[in-house]
Amino acid sequence: MSAIVTARSLSKHYKNATALDGVNFTIESGRIVGLIGPNGAGKTTALKAILGLTSFEGELNVLGYDPRTQRDKLMEQVCFIADVAVLPRWIRVREAIDFVAHVHPRFDRAKCEGFLKRTKLTPDQRVRQMSKGMIVQLHLALVMAIDARLLVLDEPTLGLDILYRKQFYQSLLEDYFDENKTIIVTTHQVEEIEHILTDLMFIRDGKIVLDTDMDAVGERFAEVMVAADKAASARTLNPLDERQVFGKSIFLFDGADRATLEALGEIRRPSVSDLFVATMKGTYA
Amino acid sequence: MKTFTWLVKREFWEHRGGFLWAPVITGGIFLLLNLMAIIAAEVVGSRHGVRWGASSELQEVIRRMDAGDLSQVGTALDMAMYSSMALLTVVLGFVVFFYCLGAVYDERRDRSILFWKSLPLSDSATVLSKVASATLVAPIIATLVGLAAGILQLVMLAVALSFHGVDVWRLLLLSHPFRVAANLIGYIPLYLLWALPSVGWLLLCSAWARTKPFLWAVALPVATGLLVTWFGIMGLFNLSSGWFWQNIVLRALFSAFPGAGVAWNADRLTVSTDGGHASLDFMNLGQTYQMLGSANLWIGVLAGAGLIGAAIWFRRWRDDS
Repeated sequence: MSAIVTARSLSKHYKNATALDGVNFTIESGRIVGLIGPNGAGKTTALKAILGLTSFEGELNVLGYDPRTQRDKLMEQVCFIADVAVLPRWIRVREAIDFVAHVHPRFDRAKCEGFLKRTKLTPDQRVRQMSKGMIVQLHLALVMAIDARLLVLDEPTLGLDILYRKQFYQSLLEDYFDENKTIIVTTHQVEEIEHILTDLMFIRDGKIVLDTDMDAVGERFAEVMVAADKAASARTLNPLDERQVFGKSIFLFDGADRATLEALGEIRRPSVSDLFVATMKGTYA
Repeated sequence: MKTFTWLVKREFWEHRGGFLWAPVITGGIFLLLNLMAIIAAEVVGSRHGVRWGASSELQEVIRRMDAGDLSQVGTALDMAMYSSMALLTVVLGFVVFFYCLGAVYDERRDRSILFWKSLPLSDSATVLSKVASATLVAPIIATLVGLAAGILQLVMLAVALSFHGVDVWRLLLLSHPFRVAANLIGYIPLYLLWALPSVGWLLLCSAWARTKPFLWAVALPVATGLLVTWFGIMGLFNLSSGWFWQNIVLRALFSAFPGAGVAWNADRLTVSTDGGHASLDFMNLGQTYQMLGSANLWIGVLAGAGLIGAAIWFRRWRDDS
């Protein structure tokens, strides 16, 4: 496996805020990485840096290119959906396909038309006549027909209903993703992408606070349901988080000894959202 | 090159209204006005008992004309053809002005710039495709529409006169539609060069302004002009404030209006005489291309190139969408 993205002490300062604070990370090929953090944590800035949309300090290598100086070359192999509904409102489905087909060397027109057959979109329809969900369907069809090595998705399903959201990630997994492709995705709807991620990155105040693959999450973190009488002893083990459900306490542990935990109660693998909430405690305080 | 063609095509798709329909509708209105004028003339004429043409008087008049008079008739017909272009050039000026002002700003505002930037399109190719759309695509379409309107207008006139017994073809053969066409189409490269500083300035404002590009584009040069006038700064260079207004402020704002170049250089142009008769053929390429000798044109081209370069830079690095 080779590194698709390598960041070394990546920093970005705005006038009166630090968006990225000396971040280091590596993203390998063939992964689906969830970059997750609260609002204003620096997710979008990190993605913009990777895509060469913003200036930054430090070192950043994407597919062997520097996104600041070699963006034009980089974009042949990288694609992104920056946000929902950024397709130009005047464009027709037919025009969008024509245009991308003629300017993108890695675009497969037949594939794109195949994806669109599954939707209600018609060739003469303009973006301004579409619902938000339909715009995303069109954008996704365009992007999935591009054989890009890296796909960056920044809140791609924000504001969509659950049918569109499910369909979005399902198509991505079934029709697009393979071992030669890499996807970086940010979203607030963590529960929905949890099962498709291979890697997890938490970002908070411009710093990466967790960078792990999903298998390691199950090994490292454990959620234990503890009866009230054992709660005190559980607290001595330094839990990340504690919450009450039906008179029992649920503790979240980071790297605690399995045998000790099993004595306390039933062990479960924590969900990414619980892990997220526990890690980000006090962010807005 | 293929990519560039598609970029220009994309601009045309987006601005079909301004590039194609605005001139077509203007040309249509022009023809309609002509038709109404002809009908009005007929009505007024018959009501007052003017029965011109009935006794072939008009035909007589034409027959009695000598060669010089006939060439004057031809010139008048050519002028009629140019006149269809006059209205269109004003419309074209506005179309190009507002197109440039919105070309980069609009895609930043609705964030569709993020879609264009997700494709392998360089910022220079994108901005240059906008320059080409403003200085070539728009004027070429407007000129073709103008020529079509001009020819239709001549035909209308001829048909109207034929009811009065005038030999239409004889009259029409006196006009020079091909020369008019060549003069108008040949003027487009000159328009491109002359319009560059304006196009560059407006594109720069479009790529740079966070809000209200129109205000910036107009207010900045005008405010500078006012300061220069109040403090008499130009005196330092032995130039009048008027020089600044004419060569910086007006040049930045109005160069994209076709014909502005001719008006500017009017004093440089010598009106050629044609067989003793002062020719009204002011659009003659031999005349208009005298502009290539003016420093003003070439300094403007350089300034325009610089401004376009700055617009490219801002489109690349402006990070607000």
